[in-house]
Amino acid sequence: MIDKRPDGRKFEEMRKIEGKVGIVKRADGSAMFKIGDTVAIAAVHGPRVLHPRFLQDPQKGVLRCNYDMATFSVSDRKKPGPSRRSTEISLVTEKSLLPVLDLSMYPSSVIDVFIEITQANAGTRCAGIVAASMALAHAGIPMKDLVSAISVGKVGGRVVVDLDKEEEDLESFGGPTDIPIAYTPKNGEFTLLQLDGNITKEEFIEALKLGRESCKQIQKEQERALKEVYKEKGK
Amino acid sequence: MNKDYIMSLAEKDVRIDGRKFDEYREVSIETGVSMNAEGSARCKIGDTEVIVGIKMAIGTPYPDAADEGSIVVGAELLPMSNPDFESGPPGKQAIELARIIDRGVRESKAIDFKKLCIKEGEKCWMVFIDIYSINDDGNLIDAAGLATLTALNGAKFHKLDKDDNINYKEYGDKKVELELMPITCTFGKVNGKIIIDPNNDEESALDARLSIATFNGKVYAMQKGLDRGFTLEEIEYMIDVAIAKEKELKTLIKEQK
Repeated sequence: MIDKRPDGRKFEEMRKIEGKVGIVKRADGSAMFKIGDTVAIAAVHGPRVLHPRFLQDPQKGVLRCNYDMATFSVSDRKKPGPSRRSTEISLVTEKSLLPVLDLSMYPSSVIDVFIEITQANAGTRCAGIVAASMALAHAGIPMKDLVSAISVGKVGGRVVVDLDKEEEDLESFGGPTDIPIAYTPKNGEFTLLQLDGNITKEEFIEALKLGRESCKQIQKEQERALKEVYKEKGK
Repeated sequence: MNKDYIMSLAEKDVRIDGRKFDEYREVSIETGVSMNAEGSARCKIGDTEVIVGIKMAIGTPYPDAADEGSIVVGAELLPMSNPDFESGPPGKQAIELARIIDRGVRESKAIDFKKLCIKEGEKCWMVFIDIYSINDDGNLIDAAGLATLTALNGAKFHKLDKDDNINYKEYGDKKVELELMPITCTFGKVNGKIIIDPNNDEESALDARLSIATFNGKVYAMQKGLDRGFTLEEIEYMIDVAIAKEKELKTLIKEQK
């Protein structure tokens, strides 16, 4: 087992986080979330009329998420446009946010959430979810809770929180295990859960418990960033 | 309604945000906005925000220019930046923007393509310039132009290993040198009046648009847009203003750290 993480963090320590709300003026809600060197921005447009009409639901509004990485956000230039990976992440992002939303007020409408990764160093889907959740709140969409998200897992035989790129690529002691999660602290539910790697049940449960604590800290930052906007407005 | 209002204001020599006809909004430029890019910049003009990132790849020179590398410009008008932009492959507006920026760098010879050659006829650097609109409050062209020049100015090249593959972990000493910096100024015509740096409200009321790239008082690129035209006197006036603005705007362009 490794006795130290590559960047010197404690095993249960996440990288430095920072949230900012109201960064895209033309959107109805927007936010940025930074965790270490990963930067995600999210903007919400809507509720607005959904076209084409056959996609409309007369009972409730539709949440539509779109996750995208900037071509220059990674070392090896990423081709612009959607990929199978980005399409899947858009889908799991939608599913991670839906449990806190009540869309019955918006029949036949769509709430569009656009997520852009402008700088990537692992954990981009979780950063995107954190930013999207703040942007939805900023847009005034009723929410039961703020969704927070982080990746947990196993690196060098140790259970860790918030894997960075170097750790994701570390092949020693059985290789890395990456578990991106989203968590809603109020009701204690996990709304995103994916896993790649190999891990025992005990280690997995320990990882989730650590992730839960980090998510609570992330939620505090989300709340702080949201309050900041209204403080500025009050002046 | 907005359009009629802007037109009636123009008649009284007033702009919707109170600017003079030849006045830019506040322009600011920031470098190093994305650490995995070889060069990057953010340009804000008022509430308009554009980021540009540079990535380099190894390519094969074109047969008719065996001793030259090349550039590839792409523009993503993100749907987050404007409620009217839709997801999907780049449309006409995005392609026009990318082509204006492409020609501004390529045809003006702002970059000497010969300096991008690695091995004649075999290997060269391809410089990818990717433009992203973050918030569109009008005049994406000028914001993209300034961000592109800043992102390119001193952008670093990675080292090559012995098989000429890119070593993404290390940069070499080689940097992009700009031979010249043509600065693009965009004008619009509203109700017969010429305005510079139209914002989003004003863009909805424009009859015609002209972008002019100048450097040291000379004209390097132009693009006329929209449905109507300009008179010779109007064009002459716009060139004079563009040359005056170039002097102010070029002081904002920084070098990549």
